[in-house]
Amino acid sequence: MTAPLLDVQDLKTHFFNEDGITRAVDGLSFAVAPQETVGIVGESGCGKTVTALSILQLLPPRLGRIVGGRILFEGTDLTRLSERQLRAIRGNRIGMIFQEPMTSLNPVLSIGHQIAEAVRIHKGFSASAARSRASQMLDLVKIPDAARRLDDYPHQFSGGMRQRVMIAMALACDPKMLIADEPTTALDVTIQAQVLKLMLELKAKTGAAIVLITHDLGVVAETCQRVVVMYAGRKVEEAPVGELFARPAHPYTRGLLASIARGKAGARAKRLKEIPGMVPSLREPMQGCAFAPRCQFAIDACRLQQPGLRPVAGEPQHQAACLRLGEVLAP
Amino acid sequence: MGAFIIRRLLSTLLVMGLVGVFIFLLLHLSPGDPAAIIAGDNATPAQIEAIRTSLGLNDPLHVQFGRWAVRVLNGDLGISIFSNVPVATLIAQRVWPTISLAFTTIVLAVALALAAGVLAAWKAGSLADRLVMILSVVGFSVPVFVVGYLLIYVFAITLRWLPVQGYSPLAEGLWPWASHLILPSTALGLAYVALIARITRTAMLDVLAEDYMRTARAKGVGTGPMLFKHALKSAGVPIVTVVGIGIALLIGGVVITETVFNLPGIGRLVVDAISKRDYPIIQGVILLFSGVYVIINLLVDLSYTLLDPRIRY
Amino acid sequence: MTVAAAEIARIPNRSGMWHFVRRNPTLVGGLAVLLLVALAALIAPLIAGDPIAAKPVNRLRPPSQINWLGTDQLGRDVWARTVYGARISLVVGLSVAAIAMTIGLLIGLLAGFSRTVETVVMRLMDGLMAIPAILLAIAFVSLSRASVSVVVAAIALPEIPRVVRLVRAVVLSVREQPFVEAAVASGTRLPKILRRHILPATMPPLIVQATYVAASAILIEAALSFLGAGTPPEIPTWGNMIASSRVYLGLAPWTIFGPGLALALVVLAVNLVGDGLRDHLDPRIARRM
Repeated sequence: MTAPLLDVQDLKTHFFNEDGITRAVDGLSFAVAPQETVGIVGESGCGKTVTALSILQLLPPRLGRIVGGRILFEGTDLTRLSERQLRAIRGNRIGMIFQEPMTSLNPVLSIGHQIAEAVRIHKGFSASAARSRASQMLDLVKIPDAARRLDDYPHQFSGGMRQRVMIAMALACDPKMLIADEPTTALDVTIQAQVLKLMLELKAKTGAAIVLITHDLGVVAETCQRVVVMYAGRKVEEAPVGELFARPAHPYTRGLLASIARGKAGARAKRLKEIPGMVPSLREPMQGCAFAPRCQFAIDACRLQQPGLRPVAGEPQHQAACLRLGEVLAP
Repeated sequence: MGAFIIRRLLSTLLVMGLVGVFIFLLLHLSPGDPAAIIAGDNATPAQIEAIRTSLGLNDPLHVQFGRWAVRVLNGDLGISIFSNVPVATLIAQRVWPTISLAFTTIVLAVALALAAGVLAAWKAGSLADRLVMILSVVGFSVPVFVVGYLLIYVFAITLRWLPVQGYSPLAEGLWPWASHLILPSTALGLAYVALIARITRTAMLDVLAEDYMRTARAKGVGTGPMLFKHALKSAGVPIVTVVGIGIALLIGGVVITETVFNLPGIGRLVVDAISKRDYPIIQGVILLFSGVYVIINLLVDLSYTLLDPRIRY
Repeated sequence: MTVAAAEIARIPNRSGMWHFVRRNPTLVGGLAVLLLVALAALIAPLIAGDPIAAKPVNRLRPPSQINWLGTDQLGRDVWARTVYGARISLVVGLSVAAIAMTIGLLIGLLAGFSRTVETVVMRLMDGLMAIPAILLAIAFVSLSRASVSVVVAAIALPEIPRVVRLVRAVVLSVREQPFVEAAVASGTRLPKILRRHILPATMPPLIVQATYVAASAILIEAALSFLGAGTPPEIPTWGNMIASSRVYLGLAPWTIFGPGLALALVVLAVNLVGDGLRDHLDPRIARRM
């Protein structure tokens, strides 16, 4: 087994403001192999975006901080690097794309300039070399008439095209890994499918690994090889994608899958099943399993101690953090 | 874009026309008889009448305006009552000190203000930020002549680093020219710096909070380019607007600064004209300065398209 | 406890003067200074002595126990003249603000409601704004007999366009609001709409603007006096005090910096009041500033 490209070990990221400490990520561990696509799934507020920002340390400077754990990328601990060292990695060996294409591009600089900037900074390209690289990238992301559109500005592009530009920008320096934070959430459904397809093609071409953050299980099913399910700042389940959908082990994952309309049964369902209750506040430290208040399988032991990750019967790659796996999985 | 320029030009011409009307009317609408006032308290009725005729005040209003407008458009700004020299000539003789002062003030003020504003926004909440804010309010509150005399007292009289007053033409050496302009530019530009620094800080704070700044950071862009290429340009429109509007402060201040520092420019020309009630000079200078102000703001408007490509007309 | 509930519980519920002071330090500080100055100006004869009596034998004495700010070139007491000078500055500042705001409000309201009035008026205001304020004031004053009312009128005139713009902008934005459309549709007469909706919306920005106008007016009045285009020279104003003592800058700096400091202090106080009011009335901006 080759060494992982990215190895997140017990990551803890907290936010500090006048109201107290929010434990956005509270002990998360997962790894990504070279060229692998890993999805991180969960509801809003579960800490998945904060995880993505933590990797490249893009947290809002005075508010958020990594308080524990290590993030090993190609063997180097990113949490120990200085800002200058991090800058050498951002956009260069790790690329990132964000959720809101409408506001994530600088409106006063041409898109050609914004794409070329990455290679000029990291690879020292001359202006004309950078420009032709930018043109190449636009072609790669299938923007028609690339050469002419280099001098256009973001407001002259639609949402889906802007997201493609973001992808082009993130891949310009041929990174080993791409972090995509809800890349298609803000797009129309039809455009979503196009962008996801594009991402997969590009991954095949460039050999980059992808960490895909999303709340949409459908996206996960189509694009990821492995899935990490997060809840209240922690990982509750991890499995190869087929296994997760066939045999979800954690009650939360089962709840998630039950709440989306799947297949014929789903199309006929009159009412989608919801998970009762609300996501807990991340302000107070939690005793016991975070999901216990909403879980139909919870027993007293669940409320007293945090369940560790246990292998799910038979599948070495499948883990879930639940004390009652036996009962959950019983037919 | 061309249509926009033409529309703006027409609008500018209209404004200039209005300015002309206002200035013209000023002479006629002020309380009292302008000719008598200009003639002074000791004038005889004959002298008053002479002034009235020389200013053409006996004709119907619209005729007077027409005549006046034609003359102005031909570059004839009237004739000084006391020296009998055309106003335009008097202005031309004194234009260089004023231009030198304005130039040094604007360049230094804008550079300093942008730097201060960017710094304050970047380090928002820190000591540097508070300092910039406090200096802004103070700088905006102290009148030009008080600052001027303070500077003269400290740097010229006590420390003797710089000349007390006066002007040295560029032709007679760069350092003499510059050294005579350092204190006046500082006094004149202080309020201007305060104004621009404040708006720069506000605009930068808005921009730094935008998503695209995070994208730039995720690309590995360094602090310098982040602040100046990505953020400042984006914040450009409100800043440039204030730079244009603030010119009005400068124009008013030029008159005072030239008096304090004894610079033989257009400002001093006006001040001398005040005591002698030499109205044609005052009128001519107002027309000139208003015209400059309007043109500068027209240029500011046109610059918006360069700064923000979303603005297309 | 949910996040929202926790936040509401945290905001101190206490009213009272002390907490007002703590939350609005600039506003209170500025007002305090202004009240002191106004008080001093009001009771000037009691605390200041004679501003006009000239005793040439005492000329250019530095600050001492007898003459707190020294004497000027004619032996006059600088402290007395400075205190009396506050009268003009405060009167001019207040009057100009009051006049400019009133006239500006009227014109702005008209412009906000009538399209024809708007096009004509806004163009006129553009024209007026193109003339630098001091020059316009100088021109105005040089054509009339010098007096305090002339100076007030001369300074108020160039301040009006900015007020008109402000009022018009507020009127236009308030008019768009659904509740105003509803009021119109249900037959509410115009005066009531004005009173209930429009005027209350214009008041906060108008008051803030009024302070800035007052600060500007005090500065312009001082500049006019300094240039010899202000109030009659017999009345001591800070501007003409500085102008007449210019040549003694090296020998007797107190003759210039006494009134100079007073001027800076008062304008600063007014500006702080303006900033404080603005922060108090619109906390969203305050958090950024």
